[in-house]
Amino acid sequence: MQGALEDFFRALRAADVKVSPVEAIDAHLTVAKVGFSDRELFKDALCATLAKTADEVVRFDATFDTFFARDQVSFAPPPPPSGEERGDPMDGLPPEAADSDLARMLMEGDASSIAQAMEEAAERAQVSQIRLSTQRSRLTRRLLEEMGLGEIEAIINAARKLEGGGDAADRLEAGKRKLTEEAQRYVARQHELYASGSGKMLREEMLARKALNAEGGIDPVDQAMMQALVKKMAKRLADRYSRRRNRAKRGHMDIRRTLRKSMPYGGMPFEVIWKTEKIDKPSIVCICDVSKSVAAAAQFLLTFLYSLNEVVDRMEAYAFSGRLISVNDILDDEHVDKAIFEVLKRIGFQQTDYGKSLEDFCENHLDHVDSHTTVIFLGDGRSNYADPRLDLMATIQKRARSVIWLNPEPESYWSQGDSVMYRYERFTHVAKTCNTLGQLERIIEDVLRTYVPR
Amino acid sequence: MTLSSTAAIKAAPTDVLGSVDALIAGLASVGYIASKRIATALYMAIHLQKPILVEGSAGVGKTELALSTATLLNQPLIRMQCYEGLDESKALYEWKYGKQLLYTQILKDRMGAALADAADMDAAMDRLHGIGDLFFSEPFLEPRPLMKALKEDDGCVLLIDEIDKSDEAFEAFLLEVLSAYQVSIPELGVIKAKTPPLVFLTSNNVRDLGDALKRRCLHLHIPLPDAALERKIVASRVPDIEATLTAELVGFVQSLRTLDLRKSPSISETVDWARALILLNADSLDVEVVRDTLNVLLKFEPDINAVEPQIGELLRRPAA
Repeated sequence: MQGALEDFFRALRAADVKVSPVEAIDAHLTVAKVGFSDRELFKDALCATLAKTADEVVRFDATFDTFFARDQVSFAPPPPPSGEERGDPMDGLPPEAADSDLARMLMEGDASSIAQAMEEAAERAQVSQIRLSTQRSRLTRRLLEEMGLGEIEAIINAARKLEGGGDAADRLEAGKRKLTEEAQRYVARQHELYASGSGKMLREEMLARKALNAEGGIDPVDQAMMQALVKKMAKRLADRYSRRRNRAKRGHMDIRRTLRKSMPYGGMPFEVIWKTEKIDKPSIVCICDVSKSVAAAAQFLLTFLYSLNEVVDRMEAYAFSGRLISVNDILDDEHVDKAIFEVLKRIGFQQTDYGKSLEDFCENHLDHVDSHTTVIFLGDGRSNYADPRLDLMATIQKRARSVIWLNPEPESYWSQGDSVMYRYERFTHVAKTCNTLGQLERIIEDVLRTYVPR
Repeated sequence: MTLSSTAAIKAAPTDVLGSVDALIAGLASVGYIASKRIATALYMAIHLQKPILVEGSAGVGKTELALSTATLLNQPLIRMQCYEGLDESKALYEWKYGKQLLYTQILKDRMGAALADAADMDAAMDRLHGIGDLFFSEPFLEPRPLMKALKEDDGCVLLIDEIDKSDEAFEAFLLEVLSAYQVSIPELGVIKAKTPPLVFLTSNNVRDLGDALKRRCLHLHIPLPDAALERKIVASRVPDIEATLTAELVGFVQSLRTLDLRKSPSISETVDWARALILLNADSLDVEVVRDTLNVLLKFEPDINAVEPQIGELLRRPAA
C-alpha cells in the first residue's frame, strides 16, 4: 500500500493539492488507524489530513475518485468455438502457449488477473512518469510489451499455421484487441492523474511571461486563467494593505501615558503602557486608461482593476479615455466579463485625453484623495499631443500619500511620439513598466512594499 | 504520541471514540448532528493528536462543533476569540505588574533587615538576585487562554475562534503551541502540556492562512447541509416543531440558497427561523408568515428586497 499511497500523493500534487512530507506521514498514520475496508471512511480521513482548503477538497475528491477508480476490467472470455463443449480454453493453440500466462488469462477472460498484471507491468514501464499527452501511444506500447504482447503475437502467428488453429487464433486476437483498448484507457487515466496539472502549470507560466499588449492580446482560452491569476495577485496586494493598524512596540514604555495612569495610585506605575505604532489602512484610488492606444492591455488592466475592487474595501475606481467616469457601480454589480465589457462600451476606445480626464477627476472626485490615499494610474501616458495638465498631476501628488503609475509600455518607449510619460513620472513615487502578469506580481511583491512611503 | 492520546481520552466515555459511527451518535446525543465527513475529521483529530482547522461560512456550526465536543468528552472548554491586534500578552500570559510593584513596595521596608546580615557586598547582591527572580515566578504570572489550556492536566478543548481575524505574526506564534503543545517563556523556560488539549481553530476565510499553520492542522470544511441533514438539525435543535413544518421550512431555505444572494442563510439562521415560527404559532408556511419573518433569515436589505416578490413562487417549488 505504501507505493500506492506515494503514487496517490504524486497525483494529488499534480492536481495542485500541496502534500508536504509531514502531511504524507499523517496520511500514513491515518491509514494505519482507519484501514482500507471502508472506502468512505478512508476517503474522508485522508481528505482531512491532506486537503487544506475548500478548493483543495474539491480537487482531492476528483483525484481520489479517478485514482481509486479500479472499475472492473471487462474481459468476457472470447466465445468458445461453436458446436464444441467447453473444454480447455487453450485448445487449438500451439504448445508454447502453455507457457504464456497472459495467453491463458486472455483465453479465460480472467479480468482481475489481467488488471493485476497490468498494474505490475505499468510499474515496470513507469507509466506513472507520464508528462505529456504525446507520450501516450509510446507508453501504451511499452506497457503492452511489458505484459508480453510479443509472445501473444508469436502465438497467434503460430496458431494460424497450425491445422485448425485459426479459430483459436481469432479468439486470442479478439482478446488482444481488448487488452490494447484497456491499456490505452489505463495510460489515459494515468495521464489525467499525473500530467494534466503540469500542463496547466506550464500554461500558467507561459501566460505570466506573455506581454499583454502583444499582437492579439490574450488568447480567449487563457482569459479565465488570467483572471484567476490576476485575482490572486490583487488579493495578495490587499492582504499586504490590510495588516493591522496598531503594532505594539514592546519594550518601549510610553512614559507619558504611564505616568498619567499612575496618578490614582499615588504615582505608583501599576499599569504600564507600551508605545504603539499606528499604521492606518490606506484607501486606494485607481484610475485606468481604456483608450485606443492601450486597447490590447485594457482587458488586463480592467481585470486587475476589477479584482482589486473585489478585495479592497476602500477603493474608488475610475476609467477614462476622452473623459473620465467613475466605474465603481459597474464593478460592484456585474460579473467580471460583463463589467469589463460594460466599461469598454461606456467609455472605451476613444481618443485619449489625459489633460481632460485629469480635469474631470480633479473637478469631481478630488475629495476622495487625502493623505491616506494611494493613487494608482494604469495607462501608457500617451495624450495625443494635448495638454497633459501637469499642474493637476502635481495637485494629486501633493494630496495623496503616494502615486503609482503602472505603464504597459516598456521604458524605452516612454516619451517617444505623443507619450508624456517622463513628464508625468516626476509626479509619481513609482512608475514601472507592467505588461506581463509576472511583472505585475513582482511590482506587488517588491515595489509596493519598499517604495510606498508610510 | 499514542501514550498521551489515551490520556486525553481517559476522562471521556471511551466508547464514543471507538469508531466514527459511535462519534456521530455521541455528538447527536449532545445535540450536534454531524455529517460523516465532520465526524471523521474529528475522529482523526482525536486519534492523531492534531489540531483541527474548521472552515466554512458564518453560521454553519463551526464553533458549535467545539462546544459540543467539549460536552461530549466532558472536558472544560477554553475559548480564545481572535481579533486584529491580539498579541501574546493577551493570548498566552502576562506578568502581573501591579502585584509585582505592590510586593516590591512591601518588601522595600524589609530590605534593610534582609540584607543586614550579609557578610559583604557580593553576598548582598546574590541575595538581591534571588529576590529578583522571585518576582518572575508563577505566582506573578497571569495565565491567558493558551496557557490555561496547556496547564489543564486532565486535558481540555481549546477553541481558537476566527483565527483569520488575527495577524500573521500571531499565527506564526501559534505554531509552537499547535505542533508541540508547549510554549517558551523567557523568564521561566518551556512549559509543556501534560495532556495535550484538543484544539479547534475556526476560520471564515477573511484572509488566507499561512501554509505552515495549515500543515500542522487537519482540515475540515463544513459546507451548507443538504436537506435531509438540515431537517435533522432543525428537529434536534427545536424539539417541539412539527415534522411537516420542518420539511417545508428546510425546503424553502434550500431553495433560497440557490438564489444569488449576498449572504445565503446558514444553519443558524434556519434554526432561528424555526424558533421564530414556533413562537408565532405557525404550523405551515404561507406568503404572509414568510414575509413577516424574512428578516430572521436574510440579513441584508437588498437580499430581502430581492426575495420578497418571489416568496410565493419559492414556496410552491417542491422541496428537494
